[in-house]
Amino acid sequence: MTEIFGVPAQVLYGQLLLGLVNGSFYALLSLGLSVIFGLLNIVNFAHGTMYMVGAFLAYVLLSPLGLNYWWALALVPVLAAGIGIFIERTVLKRIYGLDNIYGLLVTFALTMIIEGVVRVYFGVSGLRYPVPQALTGMLDLGFMRLPIYRVWVIVAALGLCLLTWAIIERTRLGATLRAGTENPKLVQAFGVNVPMLVTLVFGWGVGLAAFAGVLAAPLMQLTPQIGHSIIITVFGVVVIGGMGSILGSILTGLALGLLEGVAKVYYPEASSTVIFVVMILVLLVRPHGLFGKQ
Amino acid sequence: MSETVLSLKNVNGWYGESHVLHGVDLDVSRGEVVSLIGRNGAGRTTILRAIMGLLERREGRIELKGRDVSSAAPHRLARAGLGYCPEERGIFSTLTCEENLLLPPVTRAGSGMIVPLSEIYEMFPNLAERARSPGTRLSGGEQQMLAIARILRTGADILLLDEISEGLAPVIVQTLARVIRELKSRGFTIVMVEQNFRFAAPLADRFFIIEHGRVIDVVQQSDLAQRMDEIRRFLGV
Repeated sequence: MTEIFGVPAQVLYGQLLLGLVNGSFYALLSLGLSVIFGLLNIVNFAHGTMYMVGAFLAYVLLSPLGLNYWWALALVPVLAAGIGIFIERTVLKRIYGLDNIYGLLVTFALTMIIEGVVRVYFGVSGLRYPVPQALTGMLDLGFMRLPIYRVWVIVAALGLCLLTWAIIERTRLGATLRAGTENPKLVQAFGVNVPMLVTLVFGWGVGLAAFAGVLAAPLMQLTPQIGHSIIITVFGVVVIGGMGSILGSILTGLALGLLEGVAKVYYPEASSTVIFVVMILVLLVRPHGLFGKQ
Repeated sequence: MSETVLSLKNVNGWYGESHVLHGVDLDVSRGEVVSLIGRNGAGRTTILRAIMGLLERREGRIELKGRDVSSAAPHRLARAGLGYCPEERGIFSTLTCEENLLLPPVTRAGSGMIVPLSEIYEMFPNLAERARSPGTRLSGGEQQMLAIARILRTGADILLLDEISEGLAPVIVQTLARVIRELKSRGFTIVMVEQNFRFAAPLADRFFIIEHGRVIDVVQQSDLAQRMDEIRRFLGV
């Protein structure tokens, strides 16, 4: 059997695939977090919670309502965006213009409230969401066997990331968004309804998080804590990539997912901290992140 | 006298705690070019910002074409025909020159005041050459041209121009003077704040002299020659 630095190749490939899957989730979440921070100037601690809500909404759609995975993939981001828009209109809009710390505190409070509600109804023991029938099974590449569902997760997540990137970098709407990130007041003085734009962007970001939640649902035990455990890592990703850089968020998310995978193979003890070690190193050398602007 | 398109009555404005505008009264007729002149810190830029709804706190009455817009949001004002060119030019660094130019949405398609892109590029040939450059890579003069050009294709008919000649080479200032005349002949109403009195003097129909956040005098173009000494003394030039 082939070995790479003393580790069987199969094991390494397996972990790299897992790393890519995790990296895809990091990319989707950090993208939303970064776009929201850019336009709303709010560090959205509740972003991971919306990922958790996405997974639980998929679960609810399936068992009481009988709507399958594909319905969940289409409906949950819309439902979650609706919740996000409601939160933005009722709560977040009151704290624009205040110091960043208020945004962090308010969204932290939202996290506690939403997690508490989910805990009351679903408990903490962990629920299972089945892999959709069409995506079960393995893909045999000869040198390794890939679970089809994991491949699908990577393709779907990166597809949505690239779509978001293309909208922001290549369309008129995206140009308005970029300009709004730089100087929202002036953009509004040009006739753009910036408050509405802010609401829609928040909804889109939350929708991305919920989409990631649906994708992740068949891969794990669903508990109310899955949100805040991933958000800490995603904050690390955003800091390393640099706030406000779209491509930076995507690439950094993937790269750090892979790095975690490699760490799991060669030095498992470090796998949960390696991202934060990188974060400290990057902050020392480039305080604005790898792709961030001054 | 033609229709009054913009009027301010007893407008007061604040930056945080500090009271900057103390009862500004001002009116502008359709097709007129007026210049707000005064010393640095007199409140001229703040008057434009007050008109555009960009001050945190403002009191008094502002009418646009007869409608009370005192509490309207900035995007409503733009849609009612105001085009704003800020003192700092406000060129977006993450947008190319052409993206900057196309950023403000066409808000009044039927107004008849839209300058088509082809004519804008005739007026400012540099912008066509630099279309794909990032906005902030342009020279100061090009950025200023872009900031003006940007508000000509939206249908805005009242232009608020803040210090457009500031810091630019004489040859560019001459170009801008030509542009202002061209815009006036197309029927635009223009309110310009100018530090450079020699630039504004031949262009404006009326001059509002601003001091301590209020209008202290209005001078007609026809009276300019005989009141020149007085104005120069006032401006300290």
